[in-house]
Amino acid sequence: MNRYKRALNCIFKYIFKYSAALCLILLGGCSSLPSGIEPWVKPYERQHLADPIMSFERDAVATRYINHVYEAREAARGAEGSAGGGCGCN
Amino acid sequence: MAATEITPAAWLRLALALVIAALVALLAKMSLATVLPEDRLDILYHSFDGGGVTIDGPSVLVRKEFADTVSVYANYYADYVSSASIDVEVSGASRYAEERTEYSVGAEYLHDRTIMNVSYTNSSENDYDAETFAVGVSQDFFGDLTTLSMGFSLGQDDVGNNTDETFAEEAEHRRYSIGLSQVLTKNWIASIGLETVADEGFLQNPYRFVRFLVPFSATPFGTEAENYPETRNSDAVALRTIYYLPYRAALRGEYRNYNDNWGIEADNFEIRYTHPLKSNWMLEAKLRFYKQTKADFYSDLFEFRNAQEFRARDKELSTYTNRTFGLGVTYQLKADFLSAFEKSTVNLYWDHMQFDYDDFRDARVSLNDPTVNAGEEPLYSFDADVIRLYFSFWY
Repeated sequence: MNRYKRALNCIFKYIFKYSAALCLILLGGCSSLPSGIEPWVKPYERQHLADPIMSFERDAVATRYINHVYEAREAARGAEGSAGGGCGCN
Repeated sequence: MAATEITPAAWLRLALALVIAALVALLAKMSLATVLPEDRLDILYHSFDGGGVTIDGPSVLVRKEFADTVSVYANYYADYVSSASIDVEVSGASRYAEERTEYSVGAEYLHDRTIMNVSYTNSSENDYDAETFAVGVSQDFFGDLTTLSMGFSLGQDDVGNNTDETFAEEAEHRRYSIGLSQVLTKNWIASIGLETVADEGFLQNPYRFVRFLVPFSATPFGTEAENYPETRNSDAVALRTIYYLPYRAALRGEYRNYNDNWGIEADNFEIRYTHPLKSNWMLEAKLRFYKQTKADFYSDLFEFRNAQEFRARDKELSTYTNRTFGLGVTYQLKADFLSAFEKSTVNLYWDHMQFDYDDFRDARVSLNDPTVNAGEEPLYSFDADVIRLYFSFWY
């Protein structure tokens, strides 16, 4: 049970630590943007962006596996993208 | 006064306006609004074959959305390992087989432009059990052109040893990530991701050993257990970009820089080209380069026993490069072939990896040839083939 308490404690610390940083980034970003700047790619201009070939990773099952191969054979880990997160293996 | 007559040209303008309005509505629907992942089933066979190691097995990932606000998934994954790697051969052991099974469940909750996610993973081997809890949040803003995401995961491992029933160690892994994705133009997306990992506990392999020189001995070298520090902290930053070419194809680039407090620095670069063809085919090609420096406490051959407190001879902690060349093909099945699904694809990806070690020598040579001294063996290298064959079904 101790490990679950430690996990919760760690999660709360992390949320506290990074929520403050996030607020600062957003506040800083909003205040520094001139009020005239608007999203420059309109919804009707996004057909290329919506094409499946423009996805960074189309198939999570395949991405998870190849990231596992890299992580098991390379010392580097982290920042693999949304499908990363560690394999929990030796 | 006569009623105004609608001319053929006016009908044409009206029809044109309706077509444009429908097109705009369609494209607006295709915009990058915050959405949950699609409902789909993936069944994958994976295989790694290289360096005397064969690992294959299945992975099944199923995902389902409920009430447009929650998406849940479950993943079953297995590794069937048959290994006679260089480490196994040098240790004098014979080929061994083992199995790793991993179960994951997770959920995403969508609220306005925010997606919150939570997941749990359990991995089990005969000498290693691991649990990972993860939470994350992502937020779209600036007209859905910008996505900010953050994540945290906690992994807790129980480490055993098949040759020693009394052996029991633990390890803990904390991962903190933050990412920003930005639509730059109507054809171009870029993202940056940062992740910090903090490990604590038993971080080494209980079976692996280092070797050291033994003067005037019948054997070319002696061996003793590795000894790693009990903490490791690393930072990684990755830049990714994807560009829609003037014709229907995409070019994706990725660069990642990594460093940790064990003294390892690594970089990898990848470029990937995706090219759809008519009649439901899609081709993909990629090149990836990886290089790293060794850990401070790594040595292929120590001068003597207990040469230093921390010592390692894991080739993954040495200085080396890895080049990967990959090809992939996807075929979308005809709609009437599996009518129960909205869309079905068959996918085959092959990656060829080449590992070249700069300070990890092939110790099998001095073991088998008495004329070759320890430390004078050729540097080790090997090639590996990685296969991903999978079927995906959208419903």
